[in-house]
Amino acid sequence: MLIYTVRRLGLALLVAIAVSMVSFMLIRMSGDPAIALAGENASAEEIEYVRQQYGFDRPVIVQYLDWGYRALQGDFGESPYFNQPVTTVIGDRIGVTMTLGLCALTFAVLLSIPMGVLAATRPNTWIDRTALSISVMGQAMPSFWFGLIMIIFFGVYLRWLPISGSDTWAHYVMPTIALGYYATPAFMRLTRSGMLEVLASDHIRTARAKGLRWPKILYKHALRNAIIPVVALAAVQLGFMLGGSIVIESVFAIHGIGYLAWQSIGRSDLPVVQAIVLLLSIIYVFLTFLSDLMNAFLDPRIRVR
Amino acid sequence: MKTAETVIESTESGLGLEVVFPTPGQIMRRRMTRHKGFLFGGGVLVLVLLMAILAPVIAPHDPYHQELTQRLIPPIWGENGTWQHPLGTDNLGRDYFSRVVYGCRISLLIGFACVVIAAVIGAGLGLAAGYFGGRVDMFVSFIITVRLAMPAVLVAVAVVALIGGSMQIVILTLGCLIWDRFAVVLRATTQQIRSMDYIPAAQAAGCSTFWIVSREILPNLLNNLVVIATLEVGRAILLEAALSFLGMGVQPPTPSWGLMISEGKEFMLFDPYLITIPGAALFILVLGMNLLGDGLRDVTAPEGKA
Repeated sequence: MLIYTVRRLGLALLVAIAVSMVSFMLIRMSGDPAIALAGENASAEEIEYVRQQYGFDRPVIVQYLDWGYRALQGDFGESPYFNQPVTTVIGDRIGVTMTLGLCALTFAVLLSIPMGVLAATRPNTWIDRTALSISVMGQAMPSFWFGLIMIIFFGVYLRWLPISGSDTWAHYVMPTIALGYYATPAFMRLTRSGMLEVLASDHIRTARAKGLRWPKILYKHALRNAIIPVVALAAVQLGFMLGGSIVIESVFAIHGIGYLAWQSIGRSDLPVVQAIVLLLSIIYVFLTFLSDLMNAFLDPRIRVR
Repeated sequence: MKTAETVIESTESGLGLEVVFPTPGQIMRRRMTRHKGFLFGGGVLVLVLLMAILAPVIAPHDPYHQELTQRLIPPIWGENGTWQHPLGTDNLGRDYFSRVVYGCRISLLIGFACVVIAAVIGAGLGLAAGYFGGRVDMFVSFIITVRLAMPAVLVAVAVVALIGGSMQIVILTLGCLIWDRFAVVLRATTQQIRSMDYIPAAQAAGCSTFWIVSREILPNLLNNLVVIATLEVGRAILLEAALSFLGMGVQPPTPSWGLMISEGKEFMLFDPYLITIPGAALFILVLGMNLLGDGLRDVTAPEGKA
């Protein structure tokens, strides 16, 4: 287990370094970042000033190492729009996005696992087909459109829920559903196929022959085995949700880092964009690392590979 | 050829019974016509393709023509709806039906073009990793992990915003971002095929690597490739819509469904049809592509059905 952990950790670090390089280079793809930062109507002197101020006149590799070294210490430079350190700007907003991501994940899991179990215990009945069509529809529905439809229906027509902002828990209900619904198909299919496989196995037949009660077999013997891959998927999906929250946050005007990233892109606040891309990628790398460890812990066969 | 059926007379039974074996083509056709999802998805794709090709014939108006006296006319089922504008007009007085019809061209073009780019990148990486294994495999798996770690929508929005939004940029950016599933699935499939006996046989016969990959492995991958490509078209269409919705994709006045939703957002409280119509169009097209992809998998390889 220790060797496995060390190997995985090494891989995660390598990926993190590669990701940091990509998010560093990303900003330089547009050509000269000094022009983007100085604004469209800047004079040649102003651009030159920005170039020296941010050190864009140095070789790219030096710039990267300098940026990386500071980033490791939690310093992503200063945001030209807010005139505040990037770390402070992001720190103020990351809590909102994390809350939204965790709520959406909980919603997706609570909706899809019971549905997957039900569908697996009664395959090819109307329950199975309903669950399947819900998941098929989830994959095809544009999440921003689903959000807008909910705003029209629950926010404007029924007036049950507030339509924008992030002040109270009620503000989170619709964004949670819009963000979480997109992840339900994956969870449901995985739960269903896992349960079908486990339910057909010998130890379930033995448990039934012993005369154990069906709910007990289902939850204690079957679901526990079927849920291992779902746990791993949950970590990965949380990463995707945090990345995808840019769309949902801008629909509901939630002041998290997704909305911040979108606005920062609009006003060429490059240091903030760079830091958010890096941060979301690192969180994803960390989550997959955790899920790998959890998998190896729950299923010893994985460790040997 | 009089009949495609293979008829075997069961002489041993002595009962004069005829056992009719359907040909593979017949089995396939039977599976296709019985698979509802496949039929629905195929039907949607054919309809949307026809709509894209015949757009100038179907659309009653020019999708770019603004008529400011005709702003925000509701669709035919609303009050004051007219047959002149069956789906109403938008805030600039452009005929909404014509814009929806022309919008399918954008979605289809971007969806298919992105997938072609993604398939080339993903299949190349997946084939190399699966065939050569070892270091190449490690390297490719590493690249896949790095790609998956980057938040796709955010990166796409940033790149398009920095380089400038045009259809070519959107296609290139999305194509370079969504190759991951091609690479993952084709790597696994290639590994499976690699362990088949006919690969060492071809090697022993002195075939070159290029020959083995293109003549022995690729034909066996085509099935999977087509299925993933179909599913990924749906994903690319959704991503393009999300980008255009955020204002960092196709630029106005192009009639992209995502952009139409974004433009209609301002007026959605009083004129909800401005967002429900293009959204429904997106939903039906993506649903169709997904069902077609799932259907293709079930029809061509039912033994692997989950």
